[in-house]
Amino acid sequence: MSVNLLKLKIDGVEVSVPEGTMILKAAKDNGIIIPTLCNLEGLAPYGGCRLCLVEISGSPKLFPACITPVGPNMEITTNSDRLKEYRKMVVQMLLAERTHICSVCVANDHCELQAMANQLGVDHVMFERKFTQEPIDSTHDFLVIDRNRCILCTRCIRICDQIEGVHTLDLKLRGKDSEVIMDLDEHWANSCSCTSCRKCAKVCPVGAIYIEGEPIGHTKNKEIAAFIRDRRNRR
Amino acid sequence: MKEFGVDRECKVARTGCIGTCSVGPAVLIEPGDYLYQSVTPEKVRDIVRDHIVLGLPVKDMLYSNREYFKKQHRLVLRNAGKIDPLRIEDYIAMGGYSALEKCLATMTPQGVIYEVRTSGLRGRGGAGFPTGQKWSLVARAQSSPKYIVANLDEGDPGVFANRTLAEADPHAIIEGMLIAAYAIGAQKGYIYIRSEYPLAIQTLQKAIAQAKSMGLLGNSVLETPFAFDLELRFGAGAFVAGEETAILASVEGRRAMPRPRPPYPANSGLWQKPTLIQNVETLANIPLIIQNGGAWFAKTGTPKCTGTKCFSLTGKVNNPGLIEVPMGITLREVVFDIGGGVADGKKFKAVLVGGPSGGCLPETLLESPIDYDSLTKVGAIMGSGGIVVLDEDSCMVDTARFFTEFCVDESCGKCTPCRAGLARVKEIFDKITHGQGEMSDIGTLEKSSVFIRDASLCGLGQTAPNPVITTLRYFKDEYIKHIVEKECEAGKCFKTRDEEEEA
Amino acid sequence: MSKEDKRRIMLEKVLKEHNYQESALLEILHRAQEIYGYLDKDLLMDISGSLNIPPSHVFGVATFYSFFKLRKPGEHVVTGCLGTACYVKGVEKIMEAVEQEFNVKRGHSTPDGRLSLLVTRCIGACAMAPTIVVDDEVIGKATKEIVIQKIKDVLGGDKAENR
Repeated sequence: MSVNLLKLKIDGVEVSVPEGTMILKAAKDNGIIIPTLCNLEGLAPYGGCRLCLVEISGSPKLFPACITPVGPNMEITTNSDRLKEYRKMVVQMLLAERTHICSVCVANDHCELQAMANQLGVDHVMFERKFTQEPIDSTHDFLVIDRNRCILCTRCIRICDQIEGVHTLDLKLRGKDSEVIMDLDEHWANSCSCTSCRKCAKVCPVGAIYIEGEPIGHTKNKEIAAFIRDRRNRR
Repeated sequence: MKEFGVDRECKVARTGCIGTCSVGPAVLIEPGDYLYQSVTPEKVRDIVRDHIVLGLPVKDMLYSNREYFKKQHRLVLRNAGKIDPLRIEDYIAMGGYSALEKCLATMTPQGVIYEVRTSGLRGRGGAGFPTGQKWSLVARAQSSPKYIVANLDEGDPGVFANRTLAEADPHAIIEGMLIAAYAIGAQKGYIYIRSEYPLAIQTLQKAIAQAKSMGLLGNSVLETPFAFDLELRFGAGAFVAGEETAILASVEGRRAMPRPRPPYPANSGLWQKPTLIQNVETLANIPLIIQNGGAWFAKTGTPKCTGTKCFSLTGKVNNPGLIEVPMGITLREVVFDIGGGVADGKKFKAVLVGGPSGGCLPETLLESPIDYDSLTKVGAIMGSGGIVVLDEDSCMVDTARFFTEFCVDESCGKCTPCRAGLARVKEIFDKITHGQGEMSDIGTLEKSSVFIRDASLCGLGQTAPNPVITTLRYFKDEYIKHIVEKECEAGKCFKTRDEEEEA
Repeated sequence: MSKEDKRRIMLEKVLKEHNYQESALLEILHRAQEIYGYLDKDLLMDISGSLNIPPSHVFGVATFYSFFKLRKPGEHVVTGCLGTACYVKGVEKIMEAVEQEFNVKRGHSTPDGRLSLLVTRCIGACAMAPTIVVDDEVIGKATKEIVIQKIKDVLGGDKAENR
């Protein structure tokens, strides 16, 4: 079966991309990196963080590159002034939403939110910061969850369901009250389905889920989801 | 009636809401459309004696505001107040299900879609997408089975048009769904209804059972090969579930979290199958279009926006209630002619059009016609049809705060702008209404609102900043007064903690 | 048969009616709440097992929709409508008065479990605004005096019966 190639323009450069490719990947394959946070290769795209928004000429709307497929003759802009401004807003809103203090965070220097702030040039937060004080769950033998640092990207939930296949994690409540839970909102130690596989800690972009006593640089592994998915498919 | 010996000549019947909720309980006497208001058991005796026996209408008890009905144009609510909603025979006697018969006997699915296209009907759920176009998208989709979902998740506070429709004329919804199903080739349909509407649920359940027993639903509709089955699905208190992709998640038994489009539900909806999602008001228009032709329907309203729209008219207005008006009518006609103006002799301040994510429009914009495009231009939306009148006692800063709070509570939490952004906007409002506002807050509000509008995933987040944006545009003075002079003319804000507790 | 067994049999009937289908989760939660009054963790675990879906999924759905109650509600329930029309017509003042009078915050129950005060976002009776629902009775064009008296009546009514 031959794959249909589509011609389109990304930031003015003409490219040919197989039909069905997401804009994010099409851009990456052609050397254009669009910022992302919730997206992780190997997991189903979520479209929640809104960092990867791009403009498509002819539409007043913005589209998340991670989950929007390319179309014929599309003219895509990934880096307009408006988009740069909006990406900074996303990071500021995430920083203001909960307790993000880099200097006392386990993920300091290994944090994707921190790196994004640096990369985009976020030098201040225009909102009053919230500093939530939810109790930390460290009941598990070695896995710790600090929901004050969570940005609700749901990578942990998706890897637990789609790769590990147990669906221990999910979200409870909604809106600003949403939280990652284990089973029926149990303490981690009492979870009946958790296999302690650590994948959630490996893909957490911030310091919300980590392994006690282990250097975070050692824990984090962004490639794990794609690695397992690809080898599994080959089998 | 027995007392006066007229019980053989008269039939006492129950009926759905007539729309004049402010003067209930109401009694309608036919022929002649005599509507009595605020009726009590004692007054009924007088009415029967004078009106029915003597033929003299009791003038001082009649509904006085003729204007209320004069400017209305009732298509969707054609049967409201005229039939007993619990009797399918009544609906059939008014010509009900004859449009379905016509479709099955004489029209091809393409022919049905052609009529709907010609009618110019647009979705009444808020976004205003052309209905005929939507139908042909689903009809053209390759995979099967196909589904149809009728949206009765009327979550907007202050809106009750769909509830009234379901309680007054449930078969119009069912017939509309059947015709749509025939046109797009669906065999299974769901009506997604709020659990807060127990009477509407009961009425629909009865109506579905009646339709089944009369062979209008099932394996062989009206003894033709066309098969269609219908189920109710209940919401559970989540405003966002009215969003097109969230309603799908909810019908599938999941958290009602929207997902980005594409893919559109027309190609990949319920269980990844082609799905038509349509508001019940849109569906109730369909039988009329089939019976009388698309061209007939297009004569009502404006060329780009045909037909009528139901509105729930509430707030500080003399005649609140459910109204149905032709598209293109001005806001002034709705508020002052039909609504009878502002209640208690107060001064008009603003009108909020389109529910919690609508826009607050000042008096200078009252001449705006009501249609999708004109409303969007001034910063409001059609939404699901809520019109709330605000008078001089309403503070616009407090009003914007109230709607922002609503959307913060109802946000699903999936995307950053709506979840984290709206919450910050609400905090800024709290600051201002407690006397701690700074002038820089206005800039922050403006910047974040525009960002939330542009960057949010679904319609909830994209429209949630509308009240903030419009009040900032039309009532900026009030914001400045709150911030600089710490003064609230309506007397709503700046309560100290003690005062709040006392009240 | 104990009350508990009877309830379980009713639940089983509901599950069967829906063919143990995952997609009927909302309907099943609705019916389970009707049968049991509220949804506690044992019940949610039971449903998760019967439908073969992960517990966290069931918990996520049950907490997403505000209609589902995970805590035992009071014997009498007062619900204030905080819809737009009711807000504009001053329902807030009535709610504050009820909170004050019966010493209960919205979203909570009194310590003795006799009264719960809840809020809803619109019951669709806007032309009657402001509205308050006391148990199953809708009070339209409500004032704080009428509402407080009504609540006192329903609370007092029980006491009289007990005597």
